[in-house]
Amino acid sequence: MSTLPWLHPQRVALLEKLLRERILILDGGMGTMLQRHELDETAFRGERFVDGHDSSHAHDHPGSCDLKGNNDLLTLTNPDIIRGVHEAYLEAGADLVETNTFNSTRISQADYHLEHLAYELNREGARLARAACDAWEAKTPDKPRFVIGVLGPTSRTASLSPDVNDPGFRNVTFEELVSNYTEAASGLIDGGADVVMVETIFDTLNAKAALFALSELFHQRGARVPVMISGTITDRSGRTLSGQTAEAFYYSVQHARPISVGLNCALGAADLRPHVQTLSNVSQCFVSTHPNAGLPNAFGEYDETPEQMAAVIGGFARDGLLNLVGGCCGTTPAHIKAIADAVRDCAPRTLPANTQVAA
Amino acid sequence: MMPRHTRLSGLEPLVITPDLLFVNVGERTNVTGSAQFRKLVKEDRYEEAVDVARQQVANGAQIIDVNMDEGLIDSEAAMTRFLNLIAAEPDIARVPVMVDSSKWSVIEAGLRCLQGKGIVNSISMKEGEELFLEHARKVQQYGAAVVVMAFDEQGQADTCERKVEICSRAFELLTTKLDFPPEDIIFDPNIFAIATGIEEHNNYAVDFIEATRELKRRFPDSHISGGVSNVSFSFRGNNTVREAIHSVFLYHAIKAGMDMGIVNAGALMIYDDVPEELRERVEDVVLNRRSDATERLLEIADNYKAKKGEVVTESLAWREKPVRERLSHALVHGIDQYVVEDTEVARQEASRPLDVIEGPLMDGMNVVGDLFGAGKMFLPQVVKSARVMKKAVAHLIPFIEEEKARTGDAGKSNGKIVMATVKGDVHDIGKNIVGVVLRCNNFEVIDLGVMVPTQKILETAVAENADIIGLSGLITPSLEEMSQVAREMQRQNFSIPLMIGGATTSRAHTALKIEPHYKSPTVWVKDASRAVGVAQSLVSKDLVDAFIARIRAEYAEVRERHKQRGSGKPLVPLQKARAQRFTADWASYEPPAPRQPGITVFDDYDLAELRHYIDWSPFFNAWELAGHYPAILDDEVVGKQARELFNDAQAMLDRLIADKWLTARGVIGFWPAAGHGDDIEVQLENGRTATLHHLRQQVDKPVERPDFCLSDFVAPKSTGKRDWVGGFAVTAGIGIDAHVARFEADHDDYSAILLKALADRLAEAFAERMHERVRREFWGYAPDESLDNKALIDEKYVGIRPAPGYPACPDHTEKATLFRLLDATRNAGIELTEGFAMYPTAAVSGWYFSHPGSQYFVVGRLTREQVEDYAKRKGWTREEAERWLASNLDYDPD
Repeated sequence: MSTLPWLHPQRVALLEKLLRERILILDGGMGTMLQRHELDETAFRGERFVDGHDSSHAHDHPGSCDLKGNNDLLTLTNPDIIRGVHEAYLEAGADLVETNTFNSTRISQADYHLEHLAYELNREGARLARAACDAWEAKTPDKPRFVIGVLGPTSRTASLSPDVNDPGFRNVTFEELVSNYTEAASGLIDGGADVVMVETIFDTLNAKAALFALSELFHQRGARVPVMISGTITDRSGRTLSGQTAEAFYYSVQHARPISVGLNCALGAADLRPHVQTLSNVSQCFVSTHPNAGLPNAFGEYDETPEQMAAVIGGFARDGLLNLVGGCCGTTPAHIKAIADAVRDCAPRTLPANTQVAA
Repeated sequence: MMPRHTRLSGLEPLVITPDLLFVNVGERTNVTGSAQFRKLVKEDRYEEAVDVARQQVANGAQIIDVNMDEGLIDSEAAMTRFLNLIAAEPDIARVPVMVDSSKWSVIEAGLRCLQGKGIVNSISMKEGEELFLEHARKVQQYGAAVVVMAFDEQGQADTCERKVEICSRAFELLTTKLDFPPEDIIFDPNIFAIATGIEEHNNYAVDFIEATRELKRRFPDSHISGGVSNVSFSFRGNNTVREAIHSVFLYHAIKAGMDMGIVNAGALMIYDDVPEELRERVEDVVLNRRSDATERLLEIADNYKAKKGEVVTESLAWREKPVRERLSHALVHGIDQYVVEDTEVARQEASRPLDVIEGPLMDGMNVVGDLFGAGKMFLPQVVKSARVMKKAVAHLIPFIEEEKARTGDAGKSNGKIVMATVKGDVHDIGKNIVGVVLRCNNFEVIDLGVMVPTQKILETAVAENADIIGLSGLITPSLEEMSQVAREMQRQNFSIPLMIGGATTSRAHTALKIEPHYKSPTVWVKDASRAVGVAQSLVSKDLVDAFIARIRAEYAEVRERHKQRGSGKPLVPLQKARAQRFTADWASYEPPAPRQPGITVFDDYDLAELRHYIDWSPFFNAWELAGHYPAILDDEVVGKQARELFNDAQAMLDRLIADKWLTARGVIGFWPAAGHGDDIEVQLENGRTATLHHLRQQVDKPVERPDFCLSDFVAPKSTGKRDWVGGFAVTAGIGIDAHVARFEADHDDYSAILLKALADRLAEAFAERMHERVRREFWGYAPDESLDNKALIDEKYVGIRPAPGYPACPDHTEKATLFRLLDATRNAGIELTEGFAMYPTAAVSGWYFSHPGSQYFVVGRLTREQVEDYAKRKGWTREEAERWLASNLDYDPD
């Protein structure tokens, strides 16, 4: 599988060259930025979904369903807002932006009876980000910009039972996840994503399904794109939701020969540090992190200021732990700018000697 | 360079490094190999089936093999259900799974349930290269390692040549047609049954062993595994012989390079434990050494067979012996599994419960004591034996109490010993070991614990009518404290013997500084193995006088020699020593500034990272096993014990890391500093200064060799250079007490002592790791340093981290300054006792010096002149200085 050629060899060569030169900057949170627009149900529906379902799709669900909160749908109904968020992060200094496709899988869209949109949401999400990146790359040609096609965790877990009385029960199978991820990843690649990132991994088995889907897809297409992997340590126990330590997590996904592995979400940078350190110790590939802006307060808001977060992340960078860094929940372009400033003069983590990245 | 180790995972990582030697894959969750497991699965009793997996892991399986291949079971569904169920059990799911099936669809069903990186068992070229490669590619996509069976289109390989040829072809295909990592390939060169009566089968084990040797040579990154129980298949029904065959087979196969095997993790017999007659005949069969080997084994096999009707599942032949021998066996082998039931049987047979202790249990312990004394058993085993003894005694105590209430007979022990770690000191591993060994020899030990004030020791001795007092301590101030206890005993007119022990104690110190203060017998005990002999001599009316006369004569001679030594090589005056200081070329030297000045706190350092930095040699020494790691594991005399202890230590490390028994906390700091005579002036953030006091060697050396003082390594103010000094305090012992208490409550001193010893090692590893990071990151003067653990242990780095209380800065009280600068109690949870010992005990603290010329040295003996000078600098009276520096004085204080 990894002997397959790259789909966009020059882009990959460029990305790898930059990764060896400096710490690259990821973008920040999408949700926080969208909240600022205080969008209502009408805004989410736009014209196409004005009746609470897809007017251009003859599907078997004629009723109406509230669509507010389906952030990924805004790619179709309010693309300018999404594009605006991408632009804001690119302006703040992001080298890579993540597509608005966190929930664009059949399983997650089923909550809105919009499972048929999965492919379209991914393709359009990638196109939007592509357009924003291309525009900035034209403006600042010395600073190439990359699109990360995002594959989120879905709302289900393949290795945990939702039924406390039956620990052997599962509400999703590996095969279902593989087909979900195959569809989503096809959209991302067709829409022009430079890399695909499996992120916010609560349950490594979900991620393994995504990685399996990607390898099959690459095999079918005869070409591959680089894969980034980012897990989530859910609390201070230092484990993923499905119980793995950071090191065990990395060994579980190492077979995909990712270009990078990292951690994001759930914790602030300070709490993530020991686990990023662990990955940095064992990883044969580049290391990324995009933490939350601290832990949520009693109102579910994130309080860590750009300066606070940048100060902590600056420490990561000085200690040589990082190749890619950005933000997750609660972070804004101001955070990303502060982080970019804080790590600018720090050398990136060097790869272990016998490593061949995604070779 | 990252080595090509196989990196597997369950909830936790399993990295197969050469020091694991042999990876046990648990075999009992296999319907083809275990009738019990098959029955549970067939009857849908999955809860109990899950317990089988749990037992395997608890018994030391590092991976569990799961096989559901059975005609009447829906194998795919059973595999899925079982793997989903064990995924919900963290104590099972922590280890990787080996998905075992001859059907690809079942393997795939299993792989779809594993979040970790497991192993597929197995694929082969049975149906051609194409299908083999297709399956291998899928294995890669699912993220697993793979067992490749030596099986091709022609069939299963049975000769060495075919095994090697097929495995080599498979390796070639996997690594060239695919890019399968060599470390993820595990060969199974087929273990077949031997001694079947068919002549062609006689060489099967030899073929396997020789193929293993050749494959390991050709493919050193790959592994060799196999289903071990196949080899003994023809002895079904005779588990003793089967286990003996397994043991002998593994012994030779592992030597040849077999590094993984599917085994019953709980039932492996130790090679040396195979009865000699049986071992010889089994060895003939396994190694195909003579043509009548099978007949000869059959001749004696029945002698080792369990009686009909009895369910003997493991190598439990000893269970059939009379209860007396069972107890003795359990004690000698440290098996606590059946000891309560056996003790109960013995109690019912005995006329008084006490007879069980004084009879079979003491007989067993006497065997242990004899073997120990003869060097045939080692300390870790003795402590395990003591665990068995304690459990047996715990069972008998209520009956004895009852009996005592009825008759007033209390039984008799060898004698009663009050033991304590003295005031100001918290170290007790050695003392606990001595306590265990003494109890094993029927002494009653009253252990007062650590930091025990003199008066409490003496009051307890009186109240308990003790026969002996034993004092222990590790840090140098404890030496002075022991001397105080001796004086006090004399003052209060004690007459019972005093035993002295602990790492810094010595015959010389006892002879010079303790024994003269106490008129009754005072004896230094070198280590646990001597404790029994000394104690027995002291309580025996027949032996004591001669023994004491000998000790007194010995100590008198030591004192005499010491006096003579006074006329040995004299020290130089302080002024001369100072003139001969170490001087760096400060003009051409730029002191490096720390990248992260001020204080940095580490709240919860990753123990998994620290275990790689453990220096194991002192661990073995703590258990009185002499030698250096790793050579000690293969030592002719103690190798077997060392290995067993090491395995126990590894297993406990796994658990203590997984379940977070311990928390590691630490703090480091760097401050601008300048040398000022023999002191160092430190600039603090609040504008204040602090002074670090140091001592100088006064040895008469040739001019080109300096008399060192630590302050020499920091640029003096006059150089105009801004230099720095650092400090650290780390511990790995936060949370240890609860677990030690838990083990002790379970009469398990072995685990309690093991845990303490490991915590100590982790603290040292923490100090080592932190120093490495300081050099590379926080101070950052050696960012490109790259040393392996051996080089670290050998101190091949630039800069030093001397600890107050140790040779380069022997004054323990300087720890107070260090702790104040670091705010170590608040930042790292470490407290200082009044004797300046650290608590938790598993802690290390010290100073950092970065100068390339800085080196470790021993301050050694001091003249009164320097002690007076030091006292002045410290704001002490000379007497105070003499007390704290007692072990360094070159003169007898007034």
